[in-house]
Amino acid sequence: MKLAVIGVGAVGRSVVDLAPEYGHVVTAVADSRSSAADPDGLDAEAVFDRKEREGVVGDGAPEDALAAEYDVLVEATPTTLGDAEPGFSHVRAALERDRHAVLANKGPVAERYADLMSLERESAGRVQFEAAVGGAIPILSTIADFGPKQITAARGVLNGTANFILSRMAAEGLGYEHVLAEAQDLGVAEADPAFDVEGTDAALKFVILANVLGQGERRYSLDDATVEGIRDIPSSALDLAAEDGRTVRLIGEATADGVRVGPRLVPQHDALAVTGTRNIVQFDTVHAGQLHLSGRGAGGPETATAILSDVGRL
Amino acid sequence: MSDTDEAVSTPTDETETDGGERPQTHTIRLELVDKPGELLSALHPIADNGGNLLSIFHERGNLTPRGHIPVEVDVECPPDRFETIVDALRAEGVNVIQAGAERYGEELSLLLVGDIVDTDLSDTLQRIESSTDATLADLSLSAPEGRGGASSARLRLATRTGRMDDVFAHVREIADEKELDVIEPLVEVSE
Repeated sequence: MKLAVIGVGAVGRSVVDLAPEYGHVVTAVADSRSSAADPDGLDAEAVFDRKEREGVVGDGAPEDALAAEYDVLVEATPTTLGDAEPGFSHVRAALERDRHAVLANKGPVAERYADLMSLERESAGRVQFEAAVGGAIPILSTIADFGPKQITAARGVLNGTANFILSRMAAEGLGYEHVLAEAQDLGVAEADPAFDVEGTDAALKFVILANVLGQGERRYSLDDATVEGIRDIPSSALDLAAEDGRTVRLIGEATADGVRVGPRLVPQHDALAVTGTRNIVQFDTVHAGQLHLSGRGAGGPETATAILSDVGRL
Repeated sequence: MSDTDEAVSTPTDETETDGGERPQTHTIRLELVDKPGELLSALHPIADNGGNLLSIFHERGNLTPRGHIPVEVDVECPPDRFETIVDALRAEGVNVIQAGAERYGEELSLLLVGDIVDTDLSDTLQRIESSTDATLADLSLSAPEGRGGASSARLRLATRTGRMDDVFAHVREIADEKELDVIEPLVEVSE
């Protein structure tokens, strides 16, 4: 397949790097300022060299990549809330040309699910977004395999930054600010960690899960979610939890009652009490009890793996 | 003052009485303050409401986490009367920890976080108990920064099966008013 990759952060770059291994050709690449296209396949090294030297990937305008030759558009620009632009327009451009769209960007799927689905209905192209929820973990494809009707609830840990901070606070008895600074040094937390520690990122993922599980009968966006973060949790709370054999994790839930994300008490040895940046999701199934899927929920190659798996399903 | 002779006699052979279902044995766990007359006043609501007292186990050597004396009472009554008896006990100010096999069958732990001490902890606890039918079974407090700093409290509440959501809603309301955060359990395991 021919891929157009929009967005060349860690995820977009990894897609470009790994595409040949999966038997695909990258025919277009765009960042926020420029684009490069070649119907026979781009030279990845040359594109990224130029990006490093000149800050652009090529001579074209960013939107030129949308009109280039490709079978699948990979949307890997940063997640935006509200109208989810410019990611939404990128996906629309692909679908209106009857091309497929594969998203790592959570914005369009969480905030404009109904719009996205109606674009897909009008198009010969399909929309996939495994990479938007839980990085490398095959969460959405598992739902597709089981059938959304067979899964009554999803809950779990889908933000590695918050989980790293809480599990480290619990293990070392350190305060929030201390562990946050450490996480930033390690590259686990961003300079502005608000999106992660306030629960927004996890909430977007559970909104997406609620949309998929709800099969379009009820549509959710971030505004429908009850969201609490972990900023105000003192280490004394984790101490008291530990005395009782429990701990605190930032847990998301997508159930018949809606979407909720917040710090919750869980038994220390509970399946959901993963440590470090690990992610986990738990499904309640109708006939098969609980199912747990765990793995790396973020990172360039991890997310690119999910994107390329999606491309393979098309 | 205990009118045990007024208790309903318990038919054994008849499969039906005008009271409906056959009487069943229920165990009620109470908490009593160590004061003369407490036990007696705790028992009369049972008899007054048609319960037949089978046995009383007064664990005088033991204390509950709140420093009270645990008492276990076995009562025989028709199932539909059991609720009335427990309500009457509570109306009398008796602290019912557990009643029957399932009534107070659920325990839930939660954390309160924030300026717990200066927002009047005892008022917070009292309001949680009075606005819900939950009973405080245990409390731990950690305030490493002293008064005024962020502190945490772990509460264990005993509540009726199926009433947890109601308890959480009230706790959240009280905590919101005092600008405290509540960390709720994800799936409550009854212990």
